[in-house]
Amino acid sequence: MALSERVPGVRPRLTVGRRLDIVWRHAFPGTTSFLLMLLSLAPFGLWGQAALLPTVALTCVWFWSLFRPAAMSPPIVFLIGVLLDLLGFLPPGVGALTMLTTFGIAQRLRRFLSRQRFIVIWLIFTAVACGIAAMNWTLVSLLTFSLLPPGPVLFQVGLAAAMYPAVAVPLTLAHRSIADPDQA
Amino acid sequence: MIRPSVQTRHALARLTLPAMVVASFGLMLVGKVDTVLVERARIAVYDASAPIYAALAEPIGQLHGAIAEVAGLWELREENARLRDENERLRRWQSVALTLDAENQQLMAAMHWIPDPEASYVTGRVVADAGGVYAKAVLLSVGPNHALHKGQIALDERGLVGRITEVGSRTARVLLITDMNSRVPVILESSRSRAILAGTNGPLPLLLYWSDGTVPKDGERVVTSAEANAFPANLPVGTVRYNASGVPEVEPDANLNALDIVRVFDYGLNGLTAPEVTARVAAGRH
Repeated sequence: MALSERVPGVRPRLTVGRRLDIVWRHAFPGTTSFLLMLLSLAPFGLWGQAALLPTVALTCVWFWSLFRPAAMSPPIVFLIGVLLDLLGFLPPGVGALTMLTTFGIAQRLRRFLSRQRFIVIWLIFTAVACGIAAMNWTLVSLLTFSLLPPGPVLFQVGLAAAMYPAVAVPLTLAHRSIADPDQA
Repeated sequence: MIRPSVQTRHALARLTLPAMVVASFGLMLVGKVDTVLVERARIAVYDASAPIYAALAEPIGQLHGAIAEVAGLWELREENARLRDENERLRRWQSVALTLDAENQQLMAAMHWIPDPEASYVTGRVVADAGGVYAKAVLLSVGPNHALHKGQIALDERGLVGRITEVGSRTARVLLITDMNSRVPVILESSRSRAILAGTNGPLPLLLYWSDGTVPKDGERVVTSAEANAFPANLPVGTVRYNASGVPEVEPDANLNALDIVRVFDYGLNGLTAPEVTARVAAGRH
């Protein structure tokens, strides 16, 4: 429930339009994460585009778990992970587990990170991306009984670090405007 | 409606994360036990999202075209000179090819050669990368009433692309020859020596297991072999290149980095099905 619903005061009547608006604002993080993941696979013909999908999923889960954990609940994170498994041709469960781990880390660090500047969050995100990529590689190697080349993993970490501001800045703007339930 | 107390709700909220982690491990187990189910789920997701990619392909293609056109304007003169040169060379080759073709026809007639059956094919647009981080594959959009099946062979206008590994109602997944699970029986054209082309997930697949005494030569053409009845003979695959550490690699003829339109041929071969299927059959036997 939005903060404004719990605080007494004068506010517009709860019309159908406004209800839809509130629902949309609550569903924004999950929905945009799904859409961005689907979009990352579109045939742009970019070099190394395969690494875009896990990067987008990781960034969205990290960002919304930090700034709007109410809208990025564990079941939603789990669904994002399953979609990552299915679209990214990973053994099922690997994406789900890595995304839930990301969520767990973000939850733990939330209080600390909310007081930090953007650059600190970015640095910590890069460290988390390193850990998650290593975890992903280990799990896939174990589940497929094969030693996978580590190159794509390193590229994935580099891409995640480089792309974080490009994803986080529009998401921050959305978080403060169109996705903010208190502005409904 | 019964509203649980604040404590209960807190306790439930605390439990969701561990419950989801357990569910993830459950999924891993399911994925190991029932690969068919997972494959179906994947292709269902891709079938559902294929229309989005098909709709996006048009404007993205136009954008690529516009960029290529602007880039092309800069080097129009050099391009023109290069094309003139190439045209000259191709015209010479054309006359050679026509002579050889006529000679070939005569020889075939003289030998009562049984011609290879004409292969039927369907054409599909590559709508998405379907490889993920650890695989090299593409997704084809093929329309609802296609007759594709696993093991069929995909070629672009220049050479071998890969094989169909999964088929949905509107989409098909093609495992590229550069994927680390791809193995293609090939023939080195000048020595007629057999070898295996093994993908590495890198841009250039490796040549393995060529026979002693016939070392692959740099620049030699590599074509498919009909061995094991998995591929028809003589599909163009690529050219041999030695890398810095002296290992023979094959530069694919097909433009695997920018696949757009792919033809899927039905040669009626059933020697081998796609890697996943063989793996599953092998697992089932034990």
